Amino acid sequence: MSTEEIRAALAEIVNEVAGIPADSVQLDKSFSEDLDVDSLSMVEVVVEAEEKFGVTIPDDEVKNLKTVGDAVAYIERNRAA
Amino acid sequence: MSGSRPTLLTDTGPTYAALLGVGAYRPSRLVPNAEIVDAIDSSDEWIQQRSGIKTRRFATDEETVVSMSVAAARQALDEAGIDARQVDCVIVATVSHLLQTPSAATAIAHELGTEQAAAFDISAACAGFCHGVALANDMVRGGSARYALVIGVERLSDITDPTDRGTAFIFADGAGAVVVGPSGTPGIGPVVWGSDGEHYDHIRSRQDWRDVLASDEPRMPHLTMKGNPVFRWASYSMAKVAQQALDRAGVTAEQLDCFIPHQANNRITDAMARSLRLPESVRIARDIVDAGNTSAASVPMALRRMIDDGDARSGDLALLIAFGAGLAYAAQVVVVP
Repeated sequence: MSTEEIRAALAEIVNEVAGIPADSVQLDKSFSEDLDVDSLSMVEVVVEAEEKFGVTIPDDEVKNLKTVGDAVAYIERNRAA
Repeated sequence: MSGSRPTLLTDTGPTYAALLGVGAYRPSRLVPNAEIVDAIDSSDEWIQQRSGIKTRRFATDEETVVSMSVAAARQALDEAGIDARQVDCVIVATVSHLLQTPSAATAIAHELGTEQAAAFDISAACAGFCHGVALANDMVRGGSARYALVIGVERLSDITDPTDRGTAFIFADGAGAVVVGPSGTPGIGPVVWGSDGEHYDHIRSRQDWRDVLASDEPRMPHLTMKGNPVFRWASYSMAKVAQQALDRAGVTAEQLDCFIPHQANNRITDAMARSLRLPESVRIARDIVDAGNTSAASVPMALRRMIDDGDARSGDLALLIAFGAGLAYAAQVVVVP
């Protein structure tokens, strides 16, 4: 999957969980500040992303995923591993 | 001389048991979010968005664990048409009966006027009521009780820190009860239950009593909770348990009428309903909106509410699931009485 494909798939998850338009889920956007994804919705996004991308995202890691770009990069790194 | 020893006689019970009546007691003091927000520097909007809760009820000094239980149990007995003297066992699920011993159940059994029914409390936190229903089902079918009362009761306001942002807006008080007894048809499906003690610290009393008493400033060991991990566990792992309970009972999501999860948080209920792919036709308990999270009391209170509102009708199939500290969980499909 390319970076853009991962972003688009993640955007779909964010849309499904939090009702945010998928095209506003761009790499530079902060989940909490820009997209208004609260911590409970973030838990749901993480669980759905784990399933979709076959990665594990531990609770301690979630707080480092501030932007969509952080999450996409984490998924790219850990899919490859 | 072993040859002369008699073979023991054993009990046998009816093939099936069912819920025969449901009761609830809602404490008198209504506590809107406005009363909670200052101590946790929060807002009505934030609480509703995070949990769905608008108001909850706190018990007054007169509304004790015992008195609320008795009121809920009387309604359940009345509805079942069973006299208290016919009750053989009283099971009380609670974490907020603050007298270490004896159990609340013995006082409740006496107050109700049972004829010295067996009575004991169980400690399975928010999952306690569904544990109790599983026990009562097996007791009735095993022959150790013809009629059993299962009560879930809490005064969580006593053990909640009003300044804790993670719990102060969630927990509340109340009681619910069911009568379980013999039935000509299956009324309680197989229980799916278990525990995950690896996460013993996720929801717990802050300290044990010995540590409280050893401290310079002893204070109530309030409940603490790790919100996000609990949310994750409840929303996803519990949806799987709920699915297993459906499967074990031989019921599909399409055949289900009511979904009555522990009223932990509306967001958990939403996530579970999504994971279970419940069709629109399934009516979902939302008692939490004005009852808060009443731990062991929440499932029977929500069931009573749905019956009163016409959302659960006699003969409906209802999926119950309760989960909480331990972590402990139990789920079963029941027929609404």
